[in-house]
Amino acid sequence: MSKYLLNKFLFTVDRDPELVERYREDPAATVEMWEAEYANRILGCHRGESSSWLRFDDAERRALREHDYPGLFRLGAHPFLTLTLFIAMFERDHEPLGFQLEYARRLSHMTLPYPDIST
Amino acid sequence: MADVVAVIASTHHPFYLRASTATGDDRPPFADEWVRKVEAFRRTLTEARPDVLVMVGSDHFHQLWLDNMPQFLIGKAPFYDANFYNEEREFGLPRMLFTGHEELSAHLLREGLDAGFDLAFSNELRIDHSITCPIITLRPQNDLPIVPVYTNIFAPPLPRPERFVQLGRAIRRIVEDWPDESRVAIIGTGHLSLELGGPRQFGPTGPDPEFDRRAVEWIASGDLEGCLAEVTLDSLHLPGNATHGFMDFMLMMGVAGEGRKADYVDTYDLFHTMEAYFTWYPRGGRP
Repeated sequence: MSKYLLNKFLFTVDRDPELVERYREDPAATVEMWEAEYANRILGCHRGESSSWLRFDDAERRALREHDYPGLFRLGAHPFLTLTLFIAMFERDHEPLGFQLEYARRLSHMTLPYPDIST
Repeated sequence: MADVVAVIASTHHPFYLRASTATGDDRPPFADEWVRKVEAFRRTLTEARPDVLVMVGSDHFHQLWLDNMPQFLIGKAPFYDANFYNEEREFGLPRMLFTGHEELSAHLLREGLDAGFDLAFSNELRIDHSITCPIITLRPQNDLPIVPVYTNIFAPPLPRPERFVQLGRAIRRIVEDWPDESRVAIIGTGHLSLELGGPRQFGPTGPDPEFDRRAVEWIASGDLEGCLAEVTLDSLHLPGNATHGFMDFMLMMGVAGEGRKADYVDTYDLFHTMEAYFTWYPRGGRP
């Protein structure tokens, strides 16, 4: 299990307008492409010096493929990264604040302490 | 020696610019009072007539990332570009450019390292809304050089609250020891109770109004002892999952000094989070 890699997905997609749209429209293909092409990139190094060991486990891959933000919360993905990316993808489909409140409602079964987000 | 002419602690609400500039049906009902409060707060900085601003904030996973995460970082660059694509997208914040004050940056780094803080530094730092928001509210003409100080309130493991207070005390002393005649304002922004990406987010008030009330009292009265007795890394999860940003307020209490009452205090209860504004004048009284 890699909370770090989940966060890396959310972080690198959120900062790239094209990836935000690809992930919104075709999450399964985007997750597959990202794991193959982005997961092992070290952001401060050139491509010839990538990592070799980073991969999602099945639960992580499934949560990302299904746009399952409550699942990402349970897995310990950083809530700020998840929220920011999902607002970018889905706020446009709702009334003002509607998506944010729906998001809170879908997490309303969660009680303290929340899942650990330490990486 | 440099003169610390104002110490300011504030929330940084990224929606202020959009709310304050909206017109007609788009203007939220709370905007006019919010503008009035911000403009009154702004005068507390203007009246101090600063020459340079030390700006304490926190990168929100923009430039700083988990493969190389500093706990405390000082920018040392002649310029700082500011705001990121996702802040334009979500908050409507504009791209900005700041002038840096490299000499004061170098002084803070050298003296901070010698005082036992293993400070990271950046010679090319793009700053985000934790610093641009207080410029927009407090110094919209953006005409003063800055020294950015970033803290990690975001990516655990975090430094403990005591360390934020210690750094605040050190920053105050180091700035006052700077052999320069400049008038320096030290400005820091954080949060009261706040939830982001959790079930308590975007409610009609902040997620824990009782914490907010006590936090404002700690800050306004300079009650560092009481605050440190109750606030821990664990306790900060309870008022809301993003409440560790309160440690930047604690850092600013360290700058202001133990037992030092704020000379200016204002709050504004908004949906989602409470706004809070504090100014101290180290020489006593409003200029």
